[in-house]
Amino acid sequence: MMLGLELAYWQESILRSLGVLAAVLLPAGTFVYVFLFKMVSFMQNRLGPMEAGPYGSMQLLAEVGKALQKEDVVPDAADRTLFKMAPYLVVATVLLTYVVVPFGPDMVFIDNQVFGTGIFYVMAVSSISVIGIILAGWASASKYSLLGALRAAGQLIAYELPLVLSVVGVVIQAGTLDLQRIIVAQATGEIFGWGAIGNPFILTQFIGLLIFMIAMQAELAQTPFDMPVAESEVVGGYHVEYTGLRFLLFFIGEFATAGAFSAIAATLFLGGWWLPGLDLDANYMNVVGPLVLLAKMMVFGGIIFFIRFTYPRLREDQLQRFAWKFLIPLALVNITATGILKVVF
Amino acid sequence: MVAQNIFFYVIAAVMAFSAIRVVTVKNVVHAAMYLVLVLAGVAAQYVLLASEFLAATQVLVYIGAIVVLVLFGVMLTRAKLGEDVNLTNDYWYVGAFTGVILFVLLAVSLLDHFGDEPLDQANAETQIVGNTEQVSDAIFGTYVVPFEAVSVLLLAALVGAIVLARKD
Repeated sequence: MMLGLELAYWQESILRSLGVLAAVLLPAGTFVYVFLFKMVSFMQNRLGPMEAGPYGSMQLLAEVGKALQKEDVVPDAADRTLFKMAPYLVVATVLLTYVVVPFGPDMVFIDNQVFGTGIFYVMAVSSISVIGIILAGWASASKYSLLGALRAAGQLIAYELPLVLSVVGVVIQAGTLDLQRIIVAQATGEIFGWGAIGNPFILTQFIGLLIFMIAMQAELAQTPFDMPVAESEVVGGYHVEYTGLRFLLFFIGEFATAGAFSAIAATLFLGGWWLPGLDLDANYMNVVGPLVLLAKMMVFGGIIFFIRFTYPRLREDQLQRFAWKFLIPLALVNITATGILKVVF
Repeated sequence: MVAQNIFFYVIAAVMAFSAIRVVTVKNVVHAAMYLVLVLAGVAAQYVLLASEFLAATQVLVYIGAIVVLVLFGVMLTRAKLGEDVNLTNDYWYVGAFTGVILFVLLAVSLLDHFGDEPLDQANAETQIVGNTEQVSDAIFGTYVVPFEAVSVLLLAALVGAIVLARKD
């Protein structure tokens, strides 16, 4: 049941599939236009796209049209099947990630009574995209692609650990893996008996949030962690041989993953679709909820891209040392402290 | 025949086909990709059994870590495109023999134990509900000592691997 409508199971399934597609494409498009086209332009003292549509808002459609009409080139020496498959694998990962993100009290893609693994499932499926990236780099039969893919694999493996460990603190505090129940735990929480704004976990898990944001930046291969796609070293990394639709898929995958991780960060640390003062169970939350979540996603997206356009690139050894010798121990300390405080209070 | 049964056989067929391809295909990376299909099939079977936590663990550990590690190793050493000539080990029949023995052993013991036991209808109703909570209660309640023992064992193996790998 959604918005008072009674739907058959298959109708609901179709709606859910379309919903996942919309949830992937809309934030990705918004991120590209607002941050990649406009925010960076203003940061660099220029206007950015202005011709297509008012303030260049249709620029994204023009870019998609451009990519779609290009020839689909497959290098001669490439492994054709895997070369063609790799981008779909990366995009499929993002589609899978959104499945457990709740957008309102009833606006969920999967019932948490049936599938209660929530954030653990997100961490599991988000690790599949590494395979797509390695395949893309290997199947391209190009040195630059292979180097980029190896860098990407090393980086994604190293930063997956702090990413997973940083959410454990939230899970301990909320007492559940399920994202919907994590939101309820934040909405009904109290700060020393004062419950007006609930207890968003950004207050208690601030270190967790910091680790999550840094690891997320690295998982997305955004600057300062963009060695896998460093244009001055490996041309374009694993997607250097791709053109047209398949390049577009990698591009969508990158920004849709940014959207997905922002949504998850907003859910874990800012209370997801809930805002102080709104009724947790009311039916109108099914309409307001997605908008609230989108607004919170934009906050995190803004931070990701602000950092991306501000900082220079790290070196490979610095990056690995930072993950293994700083982030992971810090995350472990955070888990221990959270566990002790959970037992004490 | 419920939908779960049909999908069980479909997934099982895909898994069996992929498992054979893993050992017959002429390219290491292709073999790794078929291995992904087999492991993803196991995860899908877990989902059919309403064990979503186990399915997520399967994906995280086997696909997200082990296959990635295999691919990583292959690419650092012999990332050859196209067909490889002698991928098949000389002792392949020993492996095949072990595989057949294991299959027969598992099949006989499982059929012997659960063979004509009908699925409990009342139990099936409750089984639809996810069991993440039960799994965590079991691990950190009933089985906490074996769990800790296994984690210490794994840690020891990890430390040992590092000691062996370091030259100095």
